[in-house]
Amino acid sequence: MAEIVIKGVAKSFGAFTALHSVDLTIADQEFMVLLGASGCGKTTLLRIIAGLETPSQGEVWIGGRRVDHLPPRARGISMVFQNYAVFPHLTVFENIAFGLRMAKVASSEVDRRVRRTAELMHIEQLLKRYSGELSGGQRQRVAVARALAMEPDVILMDEPLSNLDALLRLEMRAELKGVLAESKTTTIYVTHDQVEAMSLADRISVMNGGYIVQADRPTEVYRNPAARFVGSFIGNPPMNFLPAKPDGAGRWQVAGQSFAGPQGAAAEFAIRPEDLHPSDTGLSAEVRVVEPLGPHTLVTAQVAGQPLRAVLDSDRHITPGQVITLAPVPDRIRWFDPETQKAIA
Amino acid sequence: MSDTPPIAPQLEARRAGRFLFHAGVALLVLWVLVPIWFLFVNALSAPSEVTGFPKRLWPSFDLASVQFFLQFQGVTQALWNSVKVAVLTMILSIGMGAPAGYALSRFDFPGKEFFRVLVIMTRAFPLPLLALPLAVMFIRTGLDDTVLGLALVHAMLALPFAVLITFSLFSGIPVELEEAAWTLGCNRLQAFIKVVLPLALPGIMASAVFAFVISWNEVFAAAVLTIENRTLTAFLLQSLNVSPLPLKFAGGAALVMPALIFIFAVRKYLFAMWGIANR
Repeated sequence: MAEIVIKGVAKSFGAFTALHSVDLTIADQEFMVLLGASGCGKTTLLRIIAGLETPSQGEVWIGGRRVDHLPPRARGISMVFQNYAVFPHLTVFENIAFGLRMAKVASSEVDRRVRRTAELMHIEQLLKRYSGELSGGQRQRVAVARALAMEPDVILMDEPLSNLDALLRLEMRAELKGVLAESKTTTIYVTHDQVEAMSLADRISVMNGGYIVQADRPTEVYRNPAARFVGSFIGNPPMNFLPAKPDGAGRWQVAGQSFAGPQGAAAEFAIRPEDLHPSDTGLSAEVRVVEPLGPHTLVTAQVAGQPLRAVLDSDRHITPGQVITLAPVPDRIRWFDPETQKAIA
Repeated sequence: MSDTPPIAPQLEARRAGRFLFHAGVALLVLWVLVPIWFLFVNALSAPSEVTGFPKRLWPSFDLASVQFFLQFQGVTQALWNSVKVAVLTMILSIGMGAPAGYALSRFDFPGKEFFRVLVIMTRAFPLPLLALPLAVMFIRTGLDDTVLGLALVHAMLALPFAVLITFSLFSGIPVELEEAAWTLGCNRLQAFIKVVLPLALPGIMASAVFAFVISWNEVFAAAVLTIENRTLTAFLLQSLNVSPLPLKFAGGAALVMPALIFIFAVRKYLFAMWGIANR
């Protein structure tokens, strides 16, 4: 059992505040992804949980035990680093065995566990090699095996796939998901890659400017962004935003069209590119760029002076300069408060 | 002639430039190698050949000069003193310099840049300026004419290099390796011993050797601060005008040889140090 509770954790480096009072609870055996652009505080939060950074404020609890004053070795965590941090002076076997030897595990048990995790990560033929003789992908496997061999309650991963090439990343991603699900550990995984986050996570915490903006299931984060930032950060291409003018109680004028919306003084209209469909009535859009992507065609258009992107079926023939009418799927329309940037329910 | 291709003067200029370059290189190489050659030819020749002329290109490997040198009154004692002082210097400067280098590479503390400058500043004071007060202080504390006293002074001379070399060494070892060790059950000291030290050891050895050479070659402090317990440099300096030529050459070779061998062995790490120092 290793539930992680973060209570009011803040961190400043001199005048710079990396984290503003973060609260987060991660359930036992949950796969939590911290997602955000570089400098959003996600790595700082992970390092605070690991004990490699001391929080300026707040508490960290792992498995019902307060750990923020404990060194990393006493927290029951394992960590996989972005640059792998495989010890260059030890063989792969000794790398994986390192933590077990520190914990004074009997040598027969060390041997058994090293071989089992090496098999799990498909590196059993590399056990006698040194890190200099390994490729990036193999080093990555060693780093994960080393963390798994400890049979920790919590595995922390700091952008583990970001140094791999695209194909290998795809392969490792699927493999990691399988291995970690089986190991029954609580996992916190830091990444700036939204596809990685969507595909791996039980829950995603989207971070921005030292705050957690939204922490929810991947589909929820995608469908119902809690803030404008989440909509614009997640999704490729991102969410479209259009200004709206009040048009009577609960109705809003968007690019000359009237939509049912929330009550209030001001709102911004938002729609995902794939939730726009060609229709006889809707937003009148002047096509600027057409990018055929195979299954879909990405259309960049201008609506009432604002850019708008739509993902359309590829069998429809569209040319730049053409004016098309796009109708948003009604129950996929989202509204944001232009003042607070938060979603309006 | 009017039909000379216009490229000729350019070509000639380039050829002249190349000649100048190679001549310059040859001159510099000779500048270093001739004295060393001279030293070894004379040291490894019979005493009669040392005073003779012309010189042979290759020494006759007659060990009479070396034998004479080793049997000369006080030489073995001085040699042994030199070794003792140099080893002690090595231990002191690494013992103090390596922790300082580690701290500089791993921790941020107020005054860090100032400290780095200060470390190098210790080399800015000319030793003759310090020698008199040092001698007075050493006499008061009873450190004068002792191996430890001289080693302390030599350690001070070697320390800036020890700090800079180990600083660049530790900076070259990713901090993530240490952090990984911490998450795998090590405390700071264990992580240092199990991960950092094995990786830094060759460089630390190089830095130690460099400290040894600095002490081995140092003559001023050795001459001022010792009377009975002379090191080889001080001993040779003292007996320079009374000793015969073969002794001087053999002594010179004995001083140069370890320095040459050691510096050649650790040159890679010294370049690394300059790389950092130049930044």
